Amino acid sequence: MNNRGKGSLKYLLQQRQIVARFVKGDQSTSQKKAKGRAVAAKIAAEVCGLKVPRRTFCNNIAAREHEENLGLPNNFVHYDIAIVGGGMVGMALACSLASMPLTKQLNVAIIDSNPALEGKTCIKKEDPPDPRVSTVTPATISLFKDVGAWQYVQQHRHAYFDKMQVWDYTGLGYTRYNARDVDKEVLGCVVENKVLHSSLLSCIQNTDLKKRIYPSRLNSMTLHQNHLPTMMDSTSSSFHASLAKLELSDGNSLYAKLVVGADGAKSHVRELAGFKTTGWNYSQNAVICTVEHKTENQCAWQRFLPSGPIALLPVGDKFSNIVWTMNPKESSACREMNENDFVKALNHALNYGYGPHPQSNLLGNNGDIFSWFRRDLTVSANECFEVPPDVVKLVSGRMVFPLSLRHANNYASKRVVLIGDAAHTVHPLAGQGVNLGFGDAFALSRIISEGIAVGTDIGEVHLLKKFEVERKRENIMMMAILDGFQKAYSVDFGPLNVLRAAAFHGAQYISPLKRSIISYASGEQRLPLFS
Amino acid sequence: MASKLLNRFPTLNNTAYHILSLPFLRSTVASPFLVHTRLYSEDVSSRVSNRSSLNQVELAKFSSIADTWWDAEGPFKPLHVMNPTRLAFIRSTLCRHFQKDPYCARPFEGLKIVDVGCGGGILSEPLARMGATVTGVDAVEKNIKIARLHSESGPETANIEYCCTTAEKLVEEQREFDAVISLEVIEHVADPAEFCKSLAALTVSNGATVVSTINRSMRSYATAIIAAEYILHWLPKGTHQWSNFLTPQELVLILQRASITVQEMAGFVYNPLTGQWTLSDDISVNFIAFGTKNSQ
Repeated sequence: MNNRGKGSLKYLLQQRQIVARFVKGDQSTSQKKAKGRAVAAKIAAEVCGLKVPRRTFCNNIAAREHEENLGLPNNFVHYDIAIVGGGMVGMALACSLASMPLTKQLNVAIIDSNPALEGKTCIKKEDPPDPRVSTVTPATISLFKDVGAWQYVQQHRHAYFDKMQVWDYTGLGYTRYNARDVDKEVLGCVVENKVLHSSLLSCIQNTDLKKRIYPSRLNSMTLHQNHLPTMMDSTSSSFHASLAKLELSDGNSLYAKLVVGADGAKSHVRELAGFKTTGWNYSQNAVICTVEHKTENQCAWQRFLPSGPIALLPVGDKFSNIVWTMNPKESSACREMNENDFVKALNHALNYGYGPHPQSNLLGNNGDIFSWFRRDLTVSANECFEVPPDVVKLVSGRMVFPLSLRHANNYASKRVVLIGDAAHTVHPLAGQGVNLGFGDAFALSRIISEGIAVGTDIGEVHLLKKFEVERKRENIMMMAILDGFQKAYSVDFGPLNVLRAAAFHGAQYISPLKRSIISYASGEQRLPLFS
Repeated sequence: MASKLLNRFPTLNNTAYHILSLPFLRSTVASPFLVHTRLYSEDVSSRVSNRSSLNQVELAKFSSIADTWWDAEGPFKPLHVMNPTRLAFIRSTLCRHFQKDPYCARPFEGLKIVDVGCGGGILSEPLARMGATVTGVDAVEKNIKIARLHSESGPETANIEYCCTTAEKLVEEQREFDAVISLEVIEHVADPAEFCKSLAALTVSNGATVVSTINRSMRSYATAIIAAEYILHWLPKGTHQWSNFLTPQELVLILQRASITVQEMAGFVYNPLTGQWTLSDDISVNFIAFGTKNSQ
């Protein structure tokens, strides 16, 4: 018996013990015995260095499913969907699958080494907000409500905002948006990422979805290409010839009909599947932190500075989140400087620095030009320019992230699909990144449900391409617009500044345009301008 | 008018002669007229007593491209793209008829379905995934081999029973099924009336029969023959003979003669911009009919 054999025997026995504790439900003693015999046979074979003998085709589907659900580290663990990456977008997909009648019976594996997935982390209300926050649009909020996850978000800190002001350092123009312009209550809600994640996790724990969380990382993936398996002796192993095989870092391997890559901007699944990407790095970093004010802040503020925009977003309880985009040298300087200096720099950037405040041109003065819009006025057209609230204190550490635009040329191929940041990353200037990801997750689950309704194999390319076509269009549109904004605002050039000012004025006073912008940014409208 | 309609259904002898006499690639515009002249000139005694509805030439056509059944980009691509739409109709009508829950992932659990002319199994496999006990039947041996191989790739489809036989032989074996489905087959058989009688015999009393085919209209000539075969090259030239298409009225009539009452009918419409098929009321090109066997 070689050492490798001994080590693997001990490991297998340990795994069996650990897993046996998690096994739910009543097992009849005969089933237990059969399972025990099967495991003992397998261990004996591995220890002796023989190939694991192929199982004979078992007609007893119950026994087979039983063994699969135990998750023993053998080669026959078989899932319908393997979600690689249990972040916000991966969990949103799982929640969505759990909430639909046609998909809730699917067997799902979630592969993520993040310990937060064990559900043991508790979010205390007294903690200051984490600087990693996301702005969720009303469309995303309604999707969350549909799957039943929004109730968990509401139990933690979250901040709705109904007003937004955008201006730039030249002081030539500003735009104010108000939710009442489109007869809505809110423009969006700012929620900490860990709150979103734990809400999705709680939501999914309360459903019957058959899932198994693998706390490890993906090592390698084989997507079998042949659509006609060659004749093999044992039918059960030819089942797996056409599935995707995933090998994890803790030695487990599993088969899945569909592999979903939700593992973020540096997606391993995307790399293993060979998807090429297009994109470029913005020569900008984002500095994020949480700050405190004297009074509550209920408006979202964004000021475009010469080196990038600074955004102040309310997160609730007098706290706000800062996202300040700047070039890499300045961002290191910002991170190094002491807290008081940083707070002064923030106030400088938000308020009186770099340029004057824009003039509040109430409609009275410009009456003649815009009089024909007066019938259809928006509430915010009458609002004056306001100065954002002063930052009093810094309550969290400063984090710095490099920014880039990246888009996978294809989102799907046979048995594999990408969603969220794995498929696309954008500039944070409009708070759209994770909303695009949530849109992907909910669209994919809907398409999987439609596929199951007509008995399609969910890993089939035609089905996944339907998802790709639908989401690519929207994602590319949004990315193009955001990239356009980023480029337009990063140039300090006289005529361009005036053009930008004209754009601000136009958006502020031309009501149909403003309504269109709000609807598109809220996710209610699929295409900008053409509704 | 009625006699013309009756005489429209050719016998095995007649159709084989008519097809073999024309070169494979020649346009079949003149064919309806040829058929009529032959019908009037033949005498009754030359009608073949062989009641098989097989058409050897048609079988040969399919046998030659059998390997490409599961190639989603190959000659069978239009069928693959149309498949989900056909299945949507089948799911909706069968769930309603057998009173199954449409929101269940496997609504056909407990139903015995036969797919007559299953080809490579592109309809049988989704039906099996929906829970049905499926038997796939095809007259071309190669198709059955391909279908069997492919169905072994998944546990739900491994239980499909594939037989290389004909509907008539199944009737002789006295097999009966809750639902008999035969899509895009009837335009390739020699005797549609006999074929429908076999389909009816395979259906249990009050069971379901689903047949889909292409309408015989000017529009279908332009679409299914000229556009699909000659311009877009979706189908190999000569796949369909326009004269063998059935109008919905004819199909309903021959099904009625076989004691199947057609309850619902729908058409498939292709949107070239999106590349998707949808169900609609437009039955001028592709259409599908759902009928129930009269209870005896």
